[in-house]
Amino acid sequence: MGKLSGFGVTIRQVFKKPVTGFFPRTKRPKPKRFHGRHVLNRYEDGMEKCIGCELCAAICPAKCIYVRAADNPPDAPVSPGERYGFVYEINYLRCIHCDMCVEACPTEAITESKLFEFSFTNRDDAVYTKAELLVDDSGRAKRQPWELWLDPSEDDNTSAWMRATSPGGRAVFEGRVAWSGELGYGTRPPEVGQSATPDPGIVADPPASPVARIDLPRGRG
Amino acid sequence: MTPGPLLAVADPLFSDGVDLTVVLIVVGKTVAVFALLLVAVMFYVWFMRKVIADMQNRIGPHRAGPFGVLQTLADAIKLFFKEQSSPDTADPWVYRLAPYLAILPAFLAFAIVPIGGEVTVAGHRTFLQLAELPMGILFLIAMSGLGLYGVMLAGWSSGSKYPLLGSVRASAQMLSYEAALGLAIIGLLLQSGTLSTRGIVDLQAWTGSWGSLGDWPLAQWLIWPALVPFLIFLVAAIAETNHPPFDLVEAEQELVGGFHTEYTGIRFAIFFLAEFMNLITMSAIVVTLFLGGPAGPGIGALDADGWFNAWIMPVFWFLLKLLVLLYGTVWIRATLPRLRYDQLMSLGWKFLIEAALLWAMIAAVIRVGGDQGWSMWIVVPGAVAGAAALYGLLWASMPRPGELVEEIR
Repeated sequence: MGKLSGFGVTIRQVFKKPVTGFFPRTKRPKPKRFHGRHVLNRYEDGMEKCIGCELCAAICPAKCIYVRAADNPPDAPVSPGERYGFVYEINYLRCIHCDMCVEACPTEAITESKLFEFSFTNRDDAVYTKAELLVDDSGRAKRQPWELWLDPSEDDNTSAWMRATSPGGRAVFEGRVAWSGELGYGTRPPEVGQSATPDPGIVADPPASPVARIDLPRGRG
Repeated sequence: MTPGPLLAVADPLFSDGVDLTVVLIVVGKTVAVFALLLVAVMFYVWFMRKVIADMQNRIGPHRAGPFGVLQTLADAIKLFFKEQSSPDTADPWVYRLAPYLAILPAFLAFAIVPIGGEVTVAGHRTFLQLAELPMGILFLIAMSGLGLYGVMLAGWSSGSKYPLLGSVRASAQMLSYEAALGLAIIGLLLQSGTLSTRGIVDLQAWTGSWGSLGDWPLAQWLIWPALVPFLIFLVAAIAETNHPPFDLVEAEQELVGGFHTEYTGIRFAIFFLAEFMNLITMSAIVVTLFLGGPAGPGIGALDADGWFNAWIMPVFWFLLKLLVLLYGTVWIRATLPRLRYDQLMSLGWKFLIEAALLWAMIAAVIRVGGDQGWSMWIVVPGAVAGAAALYGLLWASMPRPGELVEEIR
């Protein structure tokens, strides 16, 4: 039909279902490892995982994390280490939810929940302090008044399990537990089934390069 | 179907002189048409948004009112509350006058459209039509021309670059497509023989017989003998009203806002109202001229002159045809990309006007041949051959695209 075939395209769409969703009445299910609001995790005995090493602040590309560590008081240690995160603030006006802090953390202290429906009316509310980020005594994230927790069970599945089982690299964690336990949840079971559907792009070793490899002596760093 | 002598059908309302009842009836009709147009524009904006959403796999407005019908009203109320600013360099009087110059012809042009048949109101027989002029179509063309002034003066009086550019382009576009519009109407007039809209509608009504194919219900519609003028009129009407795909003059990507860049609030709302009202009026004219207007079957079981068949059914058929045509314009809006200005101009001047003129020449020869009783086997090929010869002569005498440049060198 040439120039008139466009009319066929538009009229055919009239008979198809619209794809509009009715948020917030209906919500699409979020993927398991969705990047949302951060939480600071705790071990099963209640001690905080954060040791105040500031690696997350160093790696953050948006420079939205502010950490200051303090020595653990010897009679009432906050974290199982020498220091703990005394000041921990994340500015959500700057956070881009890249989760590099989650990757950088050596103790699996900072992870992300699946909450993204939060908005503030002033700048102070946007800077989350440690008290707001830390999980409460049952291991769940603390709800702030301006946050919209529509599906609490889903939004609470935050942990190092998420970080470790992320499909980002070549980590093969099938059947192996490679994370510490959490307050309220214990040690999460490993995910199984990845090798049943092997990804042809992931190989055990990279193919031999046609260019001769020059092995430099390994130095420091 | 042959056109009779020049019909000068006057409204029977005035046949007994003008007294208070007649004046009140006219005032009532005016108010009714005014209200109908405003409601129609509100409806059309909602209808357009919903249909375009359907064609884009989404739902349109659905929050304000049931199915979002009050969305247009909400938008209008929002516009009313906006601050009415005007630029320092604007001409104070013309700047305020221009929106009204744009919208008044849009209202007035609808006056000649027959919405229904002949009815009895308070003892007087009258047409369901605001004004029955013997030269109704000329009135329509006059009003379209006046609408041009609103656009032109709006852009000039704003006192800034983009509105001026937009209005110059818009008025050039509207001018050129008015020529095509008028020539298409000439093509139609060759079939109808009358300028009065009531006469044209009466020509297209079914006479009640089922004799030959030409007597069947839809066969008297003027779209059949005047198919080419119908198509030309449709394209020219869409271009005349600055409707997409001919909306370059008010596209945001091109000229910020064209001639209505500096207008806010109510004045901006009036321009938009005028554009949609013009489109509805043009669609109503197309229904009147080519699709039979309010002609359509009544409910056979009911009394032919009863209030239902006289009041409701013709209006129903008119509105149904109007709705189909409006769906067509929205379909065009949703499908076609915007025409570039030179494509627009060459379509109007180099294609539509030529097509309309050629068709008018051929149809005139065929009409004269038919009236004189000559054989159609000679007349039709002769007319087509003559037109082709003339067109070929014209085309051959025009310089080719590269010729002029070589002469200069």
